[in-house]
Amino acid sequence: MSLLELENVTLKFGGVTAVNKVSFSVEEGEVFALVGPNGAGKSTVFNLISRFYDPFEGDIRFDGQTILNRQPHVIARLGIARTFQNIELFDQATVMQNLLVGRHRHRRSNMWTELAFTPFVRAEERRHREAIEKAIDFLDLQAYRDKYIAGLPYGVRKVVEMGRALAIEPRLLLLDEPASGLSVEETQDVAFWVEDMKKQMGITVLMVEHDMHLVASVSDRVLALADGKMLALGTPQEVQNDPRVIEAYIGVSDENEKVLA
Amino acid sequence: MRTVFKTSYDADINLFRHGAQFGWYALLLALALLLPLGVSTFAIGEMTNLLIWAIACMGLMVLVGQTGQASLGHAAFLAVGCYANVLLQTELGLPFIVAFPLAGLIAGVAGAVIAMPMTRLHGIYLAIGTLAIAILTDDFIVVAAPLTNGVMGLFAPDIDIFGIGFNRYANPDRLYYLVLGITLLVVLLYRNLQRSPLGRSFAAIRDSEISAQAMGVNVARTKAIAFGISAGITGLGGALMGHFAGIFNNETFNIIISIQLLLAIVIGGLGTIHGAFFGAAVVALLPQAISMSRDFLGQFLGGGSIAIPGLEAALFGAILIGFILFEPSGIYGRWVKIRTYFELFPFYRKDMFRRQKSYLKTERMR
Repeated sequence: MSLLELENVTLKFGGVTAVNKVSFSVEEGEVFALVGPNGAGKSTVFNLISRFYDPFEGDIRFDGQTILNRQPHVIARLGIARTFQNIELFDQATVMQNLLVGRHRHRRSNMWTELAFTPFVRAEERRHREAIEKAIDFLDLQAYRDKYIAGLPYGVRKVVEMGRALAIEPRLLLLDEPASGLSVEETQDVAFWVEDMKKQMGITVLMVEHDMHLVASVSDRVLALADGKMLALGTPQEVQNDPRVIEAYIGVSDENEKVLA
Repeated sequence: MRTVFKTSYDADINLFRHGAQFGWYALLLALALLLPLGVSTFAIGEMTNLLIWAIACMGLMVLVGQTGQASLGHAAFLAVGCYANVLLQTELGLPFIVAFPLAGLIAGVAGAVIAMPMTRLHGIYLAIGTLAIAILTDDFIVVAAPLTNGVMGLFAPDIDIFGIGFNRYANPDRLYYLVLGITLLVVLLYRNLQRSPLGRSFAAIRDSEISAQAMGVNVARTKAIAFGISAGITGLGGALMGHFAGIFNNETFNIIISIQLLLAIVIGGLGTIHGAFFGAAVVALLPQAISMSRDFLGQFLGGGSIAIPGLEAALFGAILIGFILFEPSGIYGRWVKIRTYFELFPFYRKDMFRRQKSYLKTERMR
């Protein structure tokens, strides 16, 4: 059984079909990449899995169970974490506090015990801090632990967002353009991290990415989308060489076009 | 500048960052405890009033500063707390020590219930919605005259705890100590909130609802809890206001009080406990400062102590505009800058606290 399955998922905004009968499944322990030109519907697929949108038709299953009857905040509790394309961190909080919000899924105390700050809450806090320390170590964020997000450079914010998603201790991690706006070295780091998440932490990764070098180096399978439709599904090499994918990215090169020109 | 070497997780969890910080607050508390020895009865009354306002400000701060939800209706929760406290004592004969926390609880539940439809609103719409609540409460007090005595108002009985009486005029020092104790308790609750998961989920909702949701925070529920806790603390402030004023009616908690509360926390500094106290000081002491300065100036300029209508409101507005233009982080923000200047002397740079340009945000989908 696949970890995540999308079956014939369609989403319409008014007259525009953003996602058109998309079906794919992500196996446990693989790195799966979504590629495609701008407006292909990649981020929309993420928002569908996060339950920010309701699909027009089709089904989305996680671990064999449909998630369409779940509310958005329950998704994290199921073990699906995500990052955002345009960085959605909590700006007026420190890196550590951001990561601690990621631990919300593991909260066992309630309002009353927290207001009284019982020894149990303190023990829980220690446990959460120990857990986020692992994410901080993994992503080399030690130097930024107590810094406010509002003062951090873009590249670091990207990493913090990944750290916050890891603090959830997810089974499935959705990375929305993890390398956009990063330097070559930083992109290289992202490649190593994704590799380690898969191999050391056993996290299944579904990512949207434009950097084809990164996609080719880390992903097991790639799905190419254009205009909300599925173009090609296969290994990175297969998809990169697929004529339909080349057409979607750089246009057609057939004889008719030349005649018209 | 003090660098704290953290050797355990508790360093981040404890109430105070380091021993010196604890020392300063202990000193402040000692000063507050010794205050009645050194100042006049009138001044103690004013300090009591300041502390009561600080409690109310902390209540609103939980909602506005911590959770980022605007409210122009908090006078309603002051009223709920005040009426509940007095009615529980006079109608049901409960002692203050039971009626007071119950009044806070009632105000809190009222806040949470009202929040349920309100949590779908954002920004200006939420402000207008809460404004309506404040106006409705005013009318409700008049309509429910058999219980609330309508526009005639109610008398607050003297506070009596195990035979010890607390009255503003008979024993102002005792009332001051009682209010100080309650203030400390509220500060402790607020600090506990800030360092626990619930407080962090409030801040998460303030900074990015969509990402809070992706982290597993139930946004609607958490907002309702924020409203509840905020209204509860405000209700406690209202109950004390009733006892302090002695007599109150529907006009005591009118819309102006709501606006003053909001102004206080903006002037004080949003999102901090210090801000609530600074703001309360401005609101509680400004009328006295105006009348004193008027008497003082009258000696030189003539005209005596003739009241100038609207002077207080005008000064308030001027102060608020000044803060929004020149110091949006409020009195506390200014204080942090001054402190940093001396801590780092002579290395302070002018743009150290300049706001960073924020990066593009994902479409909020609201």
